[in-house]
Amino acid sequence: MLNVGKIEEGFVLDHIKAGKSLSIYHHLQLDKLDCTVAIIKNAKSNKMGKKDILKVECDIDMLDLDILAFIDHNITVNVIKDGEIVSKKDLMLPREIKNVIHCKNPRCITSIEQGLPHIFVLSDENMEIYRCKYCEEKYTDNL
Amino acid sequence: MRHLMNPLDFSVEELDQLFDLANDIEANREKYAHACEGKKLATCFYEPSTRTRLSFESAMLSLGGSVIGFSDADSSSAAKGESVSDTIRVISCFADICAMRHPKEGAPMVAAGRSTIPVINAGDGGHQHPTQTLTDLLTIRSMKGRLSNFTIGLCGDLKFGRTVHSLINALVRYEGIKFVFISPRELMVPDYVTDMLKEKGIPYEEVIRLEEVMPSLDLLYMTRVQKERFFNEEDYVRLKDFYILDKAKMELAKSNMLVLHPLPRVNEISVEVDDDPRAAYFKQVQYGVYVRMALILTLLDIQVD
Repeated sequence: MLNVGKIEEGFVLDHIKAGKSLSIYHHLQLDKLDCTVAIIKNAKSNKMGKKDILKVECDIDMLDLDILAFIDHNITVNVIKDGEIVSKKDLMLPREIKNVIHCKNPRCITSIEQGLPHIFVLSDENMEIYRCKYCEEKYTDNL
Repeated sequence: MRHLMNPLDFSVEELDQLFDLANDIEANREKYAHACEGKKLATCFYEPSTRTRLSFESAMLSLGGSVIGFSDADSSSAAKGESVSDTIRVISCFADICAMRHPKEGAPMVAAGRSTIPVINAGDGGHQHPTQTLTDLLTIRSMKGRLSNFTIGLCGDLKFGRTVHSLINALVRYEGIKFVFISPRELMVPDYVTDMLKEKGIPYEEVIRLEEVMPSLDLLYMTRVQKERFFNEEDYVRLKDFYILDKAKMELAKSNMLVLHPLPRVNEISVEVDDDPRAAYFKQVQYGVYVRMALILTLLDIQVD
């Protein structure tokens, strides 16, 4: 089994659905941060069978929890200090997300109006449904 | 400052106030004849809609105000590539209130976000047409005396008709409403509408033939069944007569049932029904002007003593 060492200061995103870690890496814009990142794919998991893990050595405040919660609010966020887990952050579905996903409705004003932010609003918390703020089209794809 | 984007932007109580005002306007036209003197309405219509535009213009002129605007995108700066955000900022300098019709869904909301004057959504693509819904509600309330405790039949294209979806969303806020959806299978109400009704415990039934349910209806809201919505010609020919309201079908209805239609009608209501006292669709057009007058006064915060 492959071993990836502890991190001293930063956060570990655990219980990521297998295969999703790279997408999360990009959406959290970790490629733009000058810090150590470990991407572990298809790790064994009792709960999930297979899972991905991301270990990032940087301040937790650098992390956009809203985007992470939108992608998958079941991900575990462990905050690490001095090599130990000091807290876990709960992920709540964000009420609104801006410029993370784009409206695909060709009749939506976002398709022609320049500089307009793409905003999606949580319309049904139980069903986890987001709708475009402008045309109310349901977002159906997974990130 | 308030805008109107969606019929649900107004609470039930606020709608009651709006409809009371509309009824007062109906009863006392002269009292409101100068209420908007010196005020200008801009009708920004990026696609043609003569009926809605003229209704807004008639409303503002009846209040003593004046009207500026354009009636298609080609005669506006949109043809030069100007954004909705920029256009409304310019229009805000010219007028006191704006009614906007746009083929793109959400365009009036973008305008409202940048505007310094109230913006009314006069129809945005297949999305919302709130003043049609307010018109429908005012017509029902004025002619039936209430917006609760009745069985309403919605007939025709219930899948794509935005006026139907809007009306359903507005009516579920009132007590004792039962919906009867009358349509071919191809044009049944979308699942999200029936799911919402189930969740709220609101009774509904779905039928294919209008005759079956005519005796039970207090209101019948007709819409057009377009030939191009059918998968094949055979089905269209087989079903189209089910959705044409004629004298024979009206004989099955209650003596005080009302027939509404957002218009324009093509052939889904036979002209022989027009003289029936239960045919309310032309009165509905008149109520459309009253409700737009009341809306302009409300959004401009003008009180008339």
